[in-house]
Amino acid sequence: MVVDQPPARHLLRARDLADRRYADALSVADMARAAHLSPAHFSREFRRVFGESPHRYLLTRRLERAAALLRTTDWSVADVCMAVGLTSLGSFTTSFGRMFGKTPTAYRASVPPAAAWAMVPACVLRANGRPRHRTFREDA
Amino acid sequence: MLRIANAQVWVHDQDEALAFYTDKVGMEVRADVTLPELGFRWLTVGPVGQPDVSIVLMAVPGPPVMDEETAEQVRNLTAKGFASTVFLTTDDCQAAYEEMVARGVEFTDAPEKRPYGIDAGFRDVSGNSLRLTQLIDFPPS
Repeated sequence: MVVDQPPARHLLRARDLADRRYADALSVADMARAAHLSPAHFSREFRRVFGESPHRYLLTRRLERAAALLRTTDWSVADVCMAVGLTSLGSFTTSFGRMFGKTPTAYRASVPPAAAWAMVPACVLRANGRPRHRTFREDA
Repeated sequence: MLRIANAQVWVHDQDEALAFYTDKVGMEVRADVTLPELGFRWLTVGPVGQPDVSIVLMAVPGPPVMDEETAEQVRNLTAKGFASTVFLTTDDCQAAYEEMVARGVEFTDAPEKRPYGIDAGFRDVSGNSLRLTQLIDFPPS
């Protein structure tokens, strides 16, 4: 059964891919493939529909996941960085600091214990925990 | 006493949604009533074994119920994944996950341990989010 779906449904598939595979070496080109669009067209359409570039979405998803790992594990900052698919510890610390307003270590020290929000569904935390993007530097 | 009877999700195409919720998710049809004079189809599905709660698979109406611009917005919001989430529970998340994958459901989240249980997630054809959670039995506090 083939039904015409709004084009946004294909873009959502690409966004879901970022949510699911952020830990891998996932690129915007991979997201474009999931939406069956060329990379240039995909980035334009994604920005039009979701209000931000796919690159920024992927980066803030990785930072949100990193923040969750800082809250809920005792892993080193370097391990957290690698675990969310980022490879440069320096860039990670800079981006994290800009978007969360403190270093990863200071962020970890500032949050209430995990038990305080343990019962909130993980999908709700993930949807609401993505940081607001602070500059356009990572958007190149 | 209040009880939940039905809750509604918007669907892009009712036949397609019906096939997804029954053939792939494994729910049963509760009501499928078409009122031709109104161009309206009341279509509900629900989990086998829980007869008193159903999901309404609601087509996005056109004018005069909804003007074209609003209908287009609702269709787009649904396709963008911002319309609805249905939270399902199960006794065995891993088994339910494997059954649904075998029937062709594409999961956005494979089962993972959470403080409240084991949690997985998928989307229906229209873009609505569904969670599949095996809750931990906490002693009453």
